[in-house]
Amino acid sequence: MLRDITIGQHFPGNSVLHRCDPRLKLVGTIAYIIVLFVASNPLGIALSLALLALLYTVAKIPYRLILKSLKPIVPIIVFTAVLNLFFITGEGEPLVRLWIFSIYEEGVSYAVLMAVRVVALIAGTSLLTYTTSPIVLTDAIESLLRPLQKLHFPVHELAMMMTIALRFIPTLIEETEKIMNAQKARGAKLDNGKFSERIRALIPILIPLFISAFRRADELAMAMECRCYHGGEGRTRLKVLHFGKLDVQCALALTVLLGIILSTTLLF
Amino acid sequence: MEPMLKAQDVHFRYDPERPDYAVDGVSLEVKRGEFVAVLGGNGSGKSTLAKHFNAILLPETGTVLVEGIDTRTEEKLYDIRQKAGMVFQNPDNQIVATIVEEDVAFALENLGVPSEQIRTRVDEAMQMTGIYEFREKAPYKLSGGQKQRVAIAGVIAMRPDCLILDEATAMLDPRGRAAVMQTIHSLRAAGITIVSITHYMEEAAQADRVLVMSRGRIVMEGTPEEVFSQTERVKRYRLDVPQAAELRDELAAAGLPMPANVITPEACAKALYDLLR
Repeated sequence: MLRDITIGQHFPGNSVLHRCDPRLKLVGTIAYIIVLFVASNPLGIALSLALLALLYTVAKIPYRLILKSLKPIVPIIVFTAVLNLFFITGEGEPLVRLWIFSIYEEGVSYAVLMAVRVVALIAGTSLLTYTTSPIVLTDAIESLLRPLQKLHFPVHELAMMMTIALRFIPTLIEETEKIMNAQKARGAKLDNGKFSERIRALIPILIPLFISAFRRADELAMAMECRCYHGGEGRTRLKVLHFGKLDVQCALALTVLLGIILSTTLLF
Repeated sequence: MEPMLKAQDVHFRYDPERPDYAVDGVSLEVKRGEFVAVLGGNGSGKSTLAKHFNAILLPETGTVLVEGIDTRTEEKLYDIRQKAGMVFQNPDNQIVATIVEEDVAFALENLGVPSEQIRTRVDEAMQMTGIYEFREKAPYKLSGGQKQRVAIAGVIAMRPDCLILDEATAMLDPRGRAAVMQTIHSLRAAGITIVSITHYMEEAAQADRVLVMSRGRIVMEGTPEEVFSQTERVKRYRLDVPQAAELRDELAAAGLPMPANVITPEACAKALYDLLR
């Protein structure tokens, strides 16, 4: 059950998108989100979707993965769509009247646009994690936030925390499963009973998990000290991010495409 | 020549308000290139002693020297930790990064080694420990023995002169333990001094010298043959002897002439062969 949880699924590959500098991908994704919200006219949204389809094709990521990444947020999409459908009032005659609610043409179009926009947003950000391994992404965040170091923002520490968190997710999941099995073997009822009972049954799982996590942290700190860790000062890296010719070309292409989508706002 | 590690009358206690010392007056020398095994029951102070050799702990009284450098010398701290690398029991709690090669590179990144040099030294360390083929894997996908070898590689990348193993094989299955032991032997052949804290008598039997600790003191010292031929005394310190030594004792008690230095399966087989011929 717990093994199904994956954070930032990565699909290794060798496409242009995979080889691109992660900093460019991160900035590109943020730019794409902004464009999605600025160019919220039908043509702009349609072009954004086309761009997304193009990128997925280039990255050779199967489209069905989009559906998979959308699954958990379907309720949210439906909920917002329904709200928009009923609460947006238009100027013309309502299309349908239902008790105290009435649906207007504007409501329908806005609900559809909004839903499509959220879908594009999720699919766009998923593409980033599909084509970039979490560790490379962490490097990118560290590199992009580096200017903040002048303001005494703990950039290296933040990146280190992310790396260690990523590293320990599978270890702690495994540990949780072990503790759950141990408690089940002692007669703990985890899968049935009332909601309040199930919540209470979690306590004997969380306490050992926390204690062991602290113990692990203590040992890890000692092992890190043994390997001469002393913070980010004077640290070098095995893999240095390099913004190459390919990245320049990709950046230019993306700027042009996003520019075209943005220009649609002038038409509406 | 300067000994690799030297402890002079080291005392240490975790709680300065209580009179019981975890390490209670230990003096020892480890020569360059030597393989020393430290044995002892739980709470005998062997792990505490090990942590003194790379300045994780500092002695209350007495001194610890690593290649002549006092571990109290703060400005030489990273030199000391680079010279005397340490590997712990649980590989899961020593691996920092999400990719094997990134983890092996961790110490070098901390030391500020230039990127190109990190690459060659990481590859070298991974080849020495036999994990080169897993370099791009995630550590949680490896077996215990493989993970422990990743942890060893992470220390070896610093090119230490001495490797201190604090029960490094205790959590591994027999196959993983054998692979780690093989790695340790090949590192030793490459000239690295090994200090191994262990529970496994079979591992201690492979060392040049065995130390037995009890209640914070060194109570027995000698070659594995010397130590394990005194079965009664070893057992008094709540330790076992290697199976071969156990068999030798049983046979000797039954009146068969067995040489006292039989402690490995190979030597035992040979002695039995000579006896039966």
